[in-house]
Amino acid sequence: MTAIAHRYEFVYLFDITNGNPNGDPDAGNMPRLDPETNRGLVTDVCLKRKIRNFVSLDKADAPGYAIYMQEKAVLNNQHRKAYDAISLKPEDKKLPKEEEKARAITNWMCANFFDVRTFGAVMTTGVNAGQVRGPVQMAFATSIDPVVPLEISITRMAVTTEKEAEAQSGDNRTMGRKHIIPYGLYRAHGFVSAKLAERTGFSEKDLNLFWQALINMFEHDRSAARSEMAARKLIVFEHESAMGNAPAHLLFDAVKIAPAVAEAEAAPRTFRDYTVTLDKAAIPAGVSVRELL
Amino acid sequence: MAFGIKLYVWGDRACFTRPEMKVERVSYDVITPSAARGILDAIHWKPAIRWHVNRIHVLKPIRFESIRRNEVGGKLSAASVAKAMSAGSTAGLPNYVDEDRQQRAATILRDVAYVIEAHFELTAKAGPDDSVGKHLDIFNRRARKGQCFQMPCLGVREFPGHFKLLEEGEALPSSHGSLKGSRDLGWMLHDIDFEYGATPRFFRATMNDGVIDVPAWSSEEVKA
Repeated sequence: MTAIAHRYEFVYLFDITNGNPNGDPDAGNMPRLDPETNRGLVTDVCLKRKIRNFVSLDKADAPGYAIYMQEKAVLNNQHRKAYDAISLKPEDKKLPKEEEKARAITNWMCANFFDVRTFGAVMTTGVNAGQVRGPVQMAFATSIDPVVPLEISITRMAVTTEKEAEAQSGDNRTMGRKHIIPYGLYRAHGFVSAKLAERTGFSEKDLNLFWQALINMFEHDRSAARSEMAARKLIVFEHESAMGNAPAHLLFDAVKIAPAVAEAEAAPRTFRDYTVTLDKAAIPAGVSVRELL
Repeated sequence: MAFGIKLYVWGDRACFTRPEMKVERVSYDVITPSAARGILDAIHWKPAIRWHVNRIHVLKPIRFESIRRNEVGGKLSAASVAKAMSAGSTAGLPNYVDEDRQQRAATILRDVAYVIEAHFELTAKAGPDDSVGKHLDIFNRRARKGQCFQMPCLGVREFPGHFKLLEEGEALPSSHGSLKGSRDLGWMLHDIDFEYGATPRFFRATMNDGVIDVPAWSSEEVKA
């Protein structure tokens, strides 16, 4: 597959209503916060996980679209593994020292796994060519305004163990807690390098699938914790040349997000409370903008 | 230096991991020469040249923040890929994230800005067409236009580094008042010596009024 010929940057907006977009393992699964500004954070790896999940749902087992970093979902593969172990004759454990062989391995991984081709992967057991740097790079997403996480206590009308039931003399209730953000609009920035795409074979088709994943991934990631999440805007900057035609920060600065009503009294609670504007005049020549969502 | 360049680099977050604390990552106080070289390489590099960082200007107060993430524990072995290739199937290769999970905290830098002063020299791989002027022109042209081979990053790829070329004679952005005085930053990674089996080499970094003079790669002060 021919690789993409242009450099891209993108601004991706998504929001959450009454849910937890990304829990912080350090803070008892509270939504991640930037302690200096109280703005919410969603890590790059959190978003990449959802992209992988979308692609593995969308492409199922289509050849070339396998996902290397699986969330435990494809049990079939686990079973097949066992069969393969029996039918396969044992290979010699030698590592490919020669560069050619190492490169063949890397290429094969890129050709077969969408996420290796897109985000890269580390496959090193002393082989030099065993590390793939993917063309797509994402940064942490930050909320536009400070968010206030709420702790919601909930009850369960059952207990887990006999012992607990006895202690409560048959009352059988337990309490738990959920952390939510009433509303947060998050902004993420991403980069696609055409030059790295050449090396992994990340094609135009892959890029379109990637945009599709960004647009649709929250639709397939419903859960009790996340509640309502939605992709709101995807603005893509396409550079004419592979190396790019403008600094990334200039392009990002052209996308401005402001409150819909200046000096609004209430905290923002829906996407309608914001206006997103794209300053077309600030886009340098050689860069075209597409609003995919 | 006649062909030195100055690049202004900044970003919201950065993590220049200390090699002695890389499991639960802790960043150095400032950018390392090696990370600075990586940023220059991301804009323009050819086997014919090698970048040398001469000086680092630290412009913003040094502040840290901690973040914990779920990460993957293992790496894929080349042998298992070779096996899958001969079997012609990707079954068995996927890595199940929740079966091989590590939670790791990272202590990272917040709101950083640096000026990197650097030059490059031609290597043994330089052909007859390679001249200092040519590569310098390419670098300057790209940096001026915001072009890059890949988006430069501040230590790790999730923290992109924005950049701007400082033209010759252009004034340096001013450095924060709290950086005045002299500060010993301890032993810091200079760079990795790839010619000697990826040996790390260190130097004693001191910051005077926000400026770190980086000793030459070949000098005595840089120790393996």
